[in-house]
Amino acid sequence: MALLELRNVSKIYHLGGEEIRALDDVSLDLDQGEFVSIIGPSGSGKSTLMHILGCLDSPTLGNVVLAGTDIANASARELARVRNRTIGFVFQFFNLLPKLNVLQNVELPMIYAGIGSRERRERAEKALEMVELSHRLKNRPNQLSGGQQQRVAIARALVNNPKIILADEPTGNLDTHTGELILALFRRLAAEGRTVILVTHNPEIAAVTPRRIEIRNGKIAHQVDSKLAGLDRVSKAPNEGQAS
Amino acid sequence: MSLELPRISSSDLSLQDLPVGKTSLGNAVVVGLKEIWAHKFRSALTMLGIVLGVSSLVAMSAMVQGMENGQREALLAIGGLQKVRMEAQRVPVEQRHLRDLARGMTLADVEALKAGVPDIEIIAPEMRLDLDPTLQANGKFHRTFMTGGVVPEKVKIMEHEVEHGRMFNDIDASEARPVCVIGTGIRDELFGRPEDAGSEVIPLGRIMTINGQPFTIIGMFKRYEGEQDRKQRLEREVERQKLISEGKAPPKGPVRGQGRSGNFAFWIKNNTVYMPLNTMWHRFQSGLSNAPAEPRLSNIELKVRDFSQIEQTLTKIRNIMMVNHRGIEDFAFRTFEDWSADIDRFVKNARMSGGLIAGISLFVGGIGIMNIMLASISERIREIGIRKAVGAGGLDIFVQILVESVVIAVVGGVLGLAFSRFVVLGITWVAPTGNDPVITSGAMALSFGFAVVVGLVAGIFPAVKAARMDVIQSLRYD
Repeated sequence: MALLELRNVSKIYHLGGEEIRALDDVSLDLDQGEFVSIIGPSGSGKSTLMHILGCLDSPTLGNVVLAGTDIANASARELARVRNRTIGFVFQFFNLLPKLNVLQNVELPMIYAGIGSRERRERAEKALEMVELSHRLKNRPNQLSGGQQQRVAIARALVNNPKIILADEPTGNLDTHTGELILALFRRLAAEGRTVILVTHNPEIAAVTPRRIEIRNGKIAHQVDSKLAGLDRVSKAPNEGQAS
Repeated sequence: MSLELPRISSSDLSLQDLPVGKTSLGNAVVVGLKEIWAHKFRSALTMLGIVLGVSSLVAMSAMVQGMENGQREALLAIGGLQKVRMEAQRVPVEQRHLRDLARGMTLADVEALKAGVPDIEIIAPEMRLDLDPTLQANGKFHRTFMTGGVVPEKVKIMEHEVEHGRMFNDIDASEARPVCVIGTGIRDELFGRPEDAGSEVIPLGRIMTINGQPFTIIGMFKRYEGEQDRKQRLEREVERQKLISEGKAPPKGPVRGQGRSGNFAFWIKNNTVYMPLNTMWHRFQSGLSNAPAEPRLSNIELKVRDFSQIEQTLTKIRNIMMVNHRGIEDFAFRTFEDWSADIDRFVKNARMSGGLIAGISLFVGGIGIMNIMLASISERIREIGIRKAVGAGGLDIFVQILVESVVIAVVGGVLGLAFSRFVVLGITWVAPTGNDPVITSGAMALSFGFAVVVGLVAGIFPAVKAARMDVIQSLRYD
């Protein structure tokens, strides 16, 4: 059984009477420990897919099954809990709270998990040690380089031991070298059994992941999984012909 | 820059059995305090409304309390609520044709009341001079209007206390001896104030003339004063002693705030001269060409035994008086119930108007809090989005914003309570009154509670707004 399953998921918006299908009947399985990239130009529905995978949003139609539980119709409160316990986010602009220091930023998800202050601190320190930032605990985010900030964000994403890491253009604001190191970190997290989802518009970045899912016009246009029998299996989506 | 792959595996964060818990309120309070501290100036300005609201509420209540205390003190000083005063009155218009039959209040009335109304505890007739007499002693003159011929019971009814010498007795009365008992106010005027003399002045045995007739002073009452006056007097005494010890001459003469500026009831009481009723009659009244055959009383004061029965007792007294006076109403009752009701009404009105003004100020403070909380959440949209993304529920955000709002109100309330002391000092300095404001713990608790409620109410709307923010929208917000 896949860790995260999307079954016939659609997200429909209504703009001035016009129906816009940001996601159109998408089905997708993500297994534990998979390192997968979602690629597509802006407006392709890539962000909408990411929001649904990240439990930030619920689909209009279809099912989202996370570890055997359908969360398509979950309440905002339940989704918040899922985000807190199961998903770790890494953003393009790091999204650290500027008023909090590194340690406090990493402690943030644990506050909402209701973990006591001493344990919070221990775990945050451990997570920061993992991204090799133990020496910057008391710094504010604006005193760190971009790569360091992103590592703080990764520590924050990991601190509640999530099954899924969802990274939205994590290297978009970093230089190539730093970006590569961040990607190596993700690869390692996937190797340790976490599902890492990399959302990007850059094919070069997407190339580091064994599995790549290309989104166009709200549909999966193209999927490559180089892990399968070394064949670079190419699966065509049903409506692929219409996609540009 | 080089970054090695981490040596520690993320599996070390084996958090499968993550403890389950709730967001603690303590965290929210800490976050709220930090937020306030991060915007010190803005928070201080916001708090100012609450500070002023709370302090003006406490100060207002203290002023009213002080005034009420002063009034009640004065009410007690003149004999309390149980005292009833009957005064001679001109015959009413509709009975004017009978006025030759009116003989005024006499000692016969007193006897009749004593015999007929057992509810009267004390009864004390008084005879006054028609014109304020001139007192002379020690080479000084003084005019007073509180000179009366009375019976010894008068002391009890007026809550007088003879501190030096004695009150006159029945023998003094029956022999119409020229003796008198004076208040300390008279002593101050004629024989000098103890503050100036440096020691107590007791003019017992001295001769004082009343309208030219010599009287021996046989007793002196204690000094009556309100709490406030006594405090001031003691302070002045300390100052004087200090000046003396420093070898400087203490200031002489009346000091501002002495006597009249204090409580009027105490001033009157201190300026009393009492002589036996019989002496008054024989020395001042009986010899006059228009003197009535029977001694006429100026007033009769009496104290009822049971205040709850005062209506019935007054009716009985009135009936007896009407019989004695052949139906001519040449007397009138005065009770102090009206005064007491006046005090209550005044206090209520003052509380209402003062409370309204202070309440408005607190309300404005609340609007300030709401305003600043709305500004605060709209500049923290992204922060709210991040918090929600990492797992904060709407309730967590709601509590956080509400706590910040309440924390502002609580800190403002505490500062307001501290500040209220200075407000009170400032008011008494600008406008000194005879009654020291009294800050009661009840008023402090009420104002503080009100401030907290204001903070709570002001925070609800911004908190709901923040809690309802869409997580995706707020994450995208710049």
